Amino acid sequence: MTVISDVLIVLLLLAGAFFSLVAAFGVIRLPDVYTRNHAASKSATLGVMCIMLGTFVYFLVEHDLFSSRLLLGIAFFFITAPVAGHLISRAAYNSGVKMWDKSVRDDLKNKK
Amino acid sequence: MKTNDVIFQTVAKVVFFMIIFFAVRIFFAGHYYPGGGFVGGLLTSGAIVLLLLAFDLKTVKKILPVDYKWLISLGLLFATGTAAGSVLFNVPFFTHAYDYFQLPLFGKTSLHTAMLFDLGVYLVVIGVTMTIIQTIGESE
Repeated sequence: MTVISDVLIVLLLLAGAFFSLVAAFGVIRLPDVYTRNHAASKSATLGVMCIMLGTFVYFLVEHDLFSSRLLLGIAFFFITAPVAGHLISRAAYNSGVKMWDKSVRDDLKNKK
Repeated sequence: MKTNDVIFQTVAKVVFFMIIFFAVRIFFAGHYYPGGGFVGGLLTSGAIVLLLLAFDLKTVKKILPVDYKWLISLGLLFATGTAAGSVLFNVPFFTHAYDYFQLPLFGKTSLHTAMLFDLGVYLVVIGVTMTIIQTIGESE
């Protein structure tokens, strides 16, 4: 039982760290603000949620402590992080930030 | 382009209640866990600021018809009242008292007069933060 939970905790924490690292690489490597925002908001959200879930399982199994604050944190982050990404992207679009030269499609341009 | 805040406003409506309940929890847990009046008050005013960002000043004033300057004086009244109340029982100023009570639904609970002082801190923090932000937001 403890072996299973230990493996689960380690996998969750490593997955969370990996996704956060991928998000950081995406922010550095991707060409324009929209693709960077895509990488940062999606991958970092999943990474942080994995780490918080791993912490929750650790405290539940090792210390017998049901931390509802971590569950609330997961729900809160899941709700707010994509909206933050959406608002940043839209603010960038509305202030006229150019897309990558190789982008082929801009559906919002005709909506003005 | 016409601005459209549907996503932000819908999320703000949901998240507002999450923050308010967490603030109340932080406020009540202050005696035994990290937290207390100051953090709870800041979280509550943070939730109201979120509403101010999502909607405008007039709408929020209609939802929460509170004059925050009165909250400051009410909080100060709670704090000084708790401190002055101890004088009535012939003990030094600011002496607190506590006892255990059997409350319905909660069971055995210790009620402490420091909670009233903390309530004063909570109200003053909300009042001061919201007064600062609203006065800056209103000036043109």
